[in-house]
Amino acid sequence: MEKLNHIQGMIVAIPVNDIDTDQIIPARFLKVTDKAGLGKAAFCDWRYQDDGVTPNPDFVLNKSEYQGASVLIAGNNFGCGSSREHAPWALIGAGFKGVISTEFADIFRNNALKNGLLPIEVDAETQEQLVSLADEDPSTTVRVDVERQTLTLPDGRDVKFPLDGFSKYCLLNGVDQLGYLLNLHDDVRDFEAQNPQRVRTTA
Amino acid sequence: MTANGKPRTLFEKVWNAHTVRDQSEDTPAVLYIDLHLVHEVTSPQAFSMLRDRGLAVRRPDLTIGTMDHSTPTTPRNTLGVIPIADSMAAKQLDTFTQNCDDFGIPMYALGDEHQGIVHVIGPEKGLTQPGMTIVCGDSHTSTHGAFGALAFGIGTSEVGHVLATQTLLQNKPKTMAVNVEGKLGDGVTAKDIILAIIARIGIGGGTGHVFEYRGDAIRGLSMEGRMTVCNMSIEGGARAGMVAPDDTTFEYMNGRQHAPSGADWDAALARWRQLPTDAGAAFDQEITLRADELIPMITYGTNPGMGMPIDAAVPAPVDEPDVNRRVALDKALSYMDLQPGQQLLGKPIDVVFIGSCTNSRISDLRQAAAFIQGRKVADSVRMMVVPGSQQVKKQAEDEGLHEIFRAAGAEWREAGCSMCIAMNGDQLQPGQYAVSTSNRNFEGRQGKGGRTFLASPLTAAASAIAGAVSDPRTILSSAN
Repeated sequence: MEKLNHIQGMIVAIPVNDIDTDQIIPARFLKVTDKAGLGKAAFCDWRYQDDGVTPNPDFVLNKSEYQGASVLIAGNNFGCGSSREHAPWALIGAGFKGVISTEFADIFRNNALKNGLLPIEVDAETQEQLVSLADEDPSTTVRVDVERQTLTLPDGRDVKFPLDGFSKYCLLNGVDQLGYLLNLHDDVRDFEAQNPQRVRTTA
Repeated sequence: MTANGKPRTLFEKVWNAHTVRDQSEDTPAVLYIDLHLVHEVTSPQAFSMLRDRGLAVRRPDLTIGTMDHSTPTTPRNTLGVIPIADSMAAKQLDTFTQNCDDFGIPMYALGDEHQGIVHVIGPEKGLTQPGMTIVCGDSHTSTHGAFGALAFGIGTSEVGHVLATQTLLQNKPKTMAVNVEGKLGDGVTAKDIILAIIARIGIGGGTGHVFEYRGDAIRGLSMEGRMTVCNMSIEGGARAGMVAPDDTTFEYMNGRQHAPSGADWDAALARWRQLPTDAGAAFDQEITLRADELIPMITYGTNPGMGMPIDAAVPAPVDEPDVNRRVALDKALSYMDLQPGQQLLGKPIDVVFIGSCTNSRISDLRQAAAFIQGRKVADSVRMMVVPGSQQVKKQAEDEGLHEIFRAAGAEWREAGCSMCIAMNGDQLQPGQYAVSTSNRNFEGRQGKGGRTFLASPLTAAASAIAGAVSDPRTILSSAN
């Protein structure tokens, strides 16, 4: 995972509540065995017409003025539904570094953080303000400081967002969580010695 | 109780028994995982990660694989083989076989007598047991909570973590007691309970929480009914839902392949009887529903929280005070091509799907078959019945259920996720309406442009016969 200290980027808004991971990446794209190439299928059924290839001109991600946006403003409860990590892979593949919502589904939040995609949880007022800004001026940019856990709006106002200490450490240092768990080998061995195995699938 | 006598919830007991390291200011808890279920769709990138880092699977003996999501459910050919028409699916299944072989993980391949939906085979084989921690790269892992296990879905990175270390980093969730009191009426099932709960709290209502389903209506459910309820916890935003184990649980488990036996069974029983929530234990939130007030439920929108009693009218966006919810409802009704105030009863449908990890177990099939026996599926309806596992399929065939479905004009298929996820050839055509016993009615979930009404197996069967959304109680009472 690459280090993530700051995000400075254009915003684009899909102000829809409860965007589930089936919308972010439909199940028919899950037959892959790697992570590559999912970006072009992000929001596929909203982004393309019925033939699956012709861009839907009304969908915001297809509008020329929003090309290059790296921060997505979504409605409430983003990323609900399926646990597919293909959702953050697709969003990253589509160029996003952060997503702003008032609430994130638990599994999506975990998956996003493990891939360096920042879930930025803000109050409803800030969310509404950002949706309006993105709508009125597509060149609007925001700045995100991971260390300070702040989102800086175009008017200079800083909005704090929650981020657990461990995820923050991993983002800032570009390390993944597996290394930490592997280092606990002795603790796990001790736990196994003290707690009998419940089932044996190989039996 | 703990040494200091503080009453604890079922969740806290299971959580505390599995923390290799407690949560601190700097790090989440490190949770030991007793059982890891893997399938072909969410595991390939995790195995690649292990290879890239030169890591082994730490405990293949606590890991089990099955093929379910991308597998076709088309009937076997003359050689007894289930043909795979999709080359990408075939490659994914081959990759899974190779990964399980290379890392020493036991796995049930397509068509094997033990193959099936991951959340059907765990309980069926006695692998799912009270007090365990169980994970899978699938959000419906919450199903296993019906046994008093702490079971939840994880992403592919976390699948890699568990494969390599048998542990996960987790922040401790909050708890919500979901009380369902009273007795269910005729024609009202476990599926209606959970659809009513989600309609009440909303699709994000349980975010950050683990549910514990309590009350005499839950105690009165069979294990399969409890699995249906726990299965859809995630549709209410909760990663896990649990039911305290009791004699119903133990009776279901006794004698299953991986269940303890002899003296081990007695010891396990003694341990499991300590698991239920202590009197006076506190939950972070609590809600209560009356089972006797429930009637069959159905969804009208594009998430499982958009559900209502089957005789109700589709809500109107203008009546929704919250602007975001109003926009969402408007968008949902537009996708579903429904009008505010419209009744769903009598709405013509194209497809009925009975299956999925929510409702594909033997009791679901028995209920639907009993209803359909001696009746015919409407000419305008395609009805698919997809057993959750090869074992369920075999049992159903031993009982002659497949003949009842076939005689009525329904398709009897091989085991798998099928039309719940529509990545295996089983899918709706654009614009079609389905009454489905599965768990998600998201846009395109059952096929691009397809429209899903979620309901119970009884409601699905009644609707198949009528060719339109139907209340099973109407036909039940006319038969009596």
